[in-house]
Amino acid sequence: MRPQRRLPVVILVAAALLGAGAGALAIDLDAMPTSELQERYDALIHELRCMQCQNQSIADSPVGLAADLRRDVREQMIAGKNDNEIRDSMVARYGNVILFRPPFQRSTAWVWLAPFVLLLVGVFAGIRVVRQRSALVASDDSVIDADETPR
Amino acid sequence: MSRFLIPGAVFLLLAGVLYIGVVHSPNKSTMQSALLGRQVPAFSLPVLGGGGEKLSNAQLDGRPWVLNVWGTWCEACREEHQALLAIAKRNQVPLIGLNWKDDDDAAIEWLTQLGNPYTTVAVDKDGRTAINFGVYGAPETFFIDASGRVQYRHVGAMTPEVWEREFVSRLPKGGFP
Repeated sequence: MRPQRRLPVVILVAAALLGAGAGALAIDLDAMPTSELQERYDALIHELRCMQCQNQSIADSPVGLAADLRRDVREQMIAGKNDNEIRDSMVARYGNVILFRPPFQRSTAWVWLAPFVLLLVGVFAGIRVVRQRSALVASDDSVIDADETPR
Repeated sequence: MSRFLIPGAVFLLLAGVLYIGVVHSPNKSTMQSALLGRQVPAFSLPVLGGGGEKLSNAQLDGRPWVLNVWGTWCEACREEHQALLAIAKRNQVPLIGLNWKDDDDAAIEWLTQLGNPYTTVAVDKDGRTAINFGVYGAPETFFIDASGRVQYRHVGAMTPEVWEREFVSRLPKGGFP
């Protein structure tokens, strides 16, 4: 076989290897011993904020601190801690800000209540506007101009 | 006139909410430590260049001390180094370094070249102690009182002003023996 005819084969093999490489990267290096733990682990690391990047979870963040926090979650889980105990230990060290879903407390109440308050404001505003408009139509006894008379 | 009342009120409400959001956004340098007023997390770590010697929090009990989290990979740590050297010279309080996720040789070289402000440097190679302190970015500096409670945490480069305002003010009068 002449070298140039080998080229497509080489490219194909290289592409296949690259594909395999990407597949290997997709394997979670933080694999848990059982599928049940893995499920809990995957769910929990999506709930915890990466403190360095703030709008990413520690599951999605590539920074070293996120990896350290994932290790911390993994170790606590394997040691038999339940999700709430692990969450509490995170809050004890980093504060409520580490939870994407903050607990309902006096200091966080407005976060949870503000949407409902705004919704109520919207409903009342809507009702008022509709009432005013219907009142306008009902009370409209002005004489229609000759020009505007429908044909 | 009254038809502007509700939109106007809604606008002011939104503006107020957004203003609060902007002013109180979790600024990295002002985020409070969750450890404030609580006992310092327990640790026992190898001393940098100490040949197997260890430093534990128990050894530091009984007098106030300061923990500075740093690494040679951290640019702001280089920035604050002169301030730390000046603070060390005043000899007001033991300044303990926590060398976070770093290489020992690089850390020793850093201290040889730039000067060593630390009383002792503890090596936190795998970052477990830093997590227990709630560290999220170097440099961070903690003030721990004589009873072992965390009283203050500064995030970002230390400056003489911050030292004077937040650390010296927390020292017992007359300094430490």
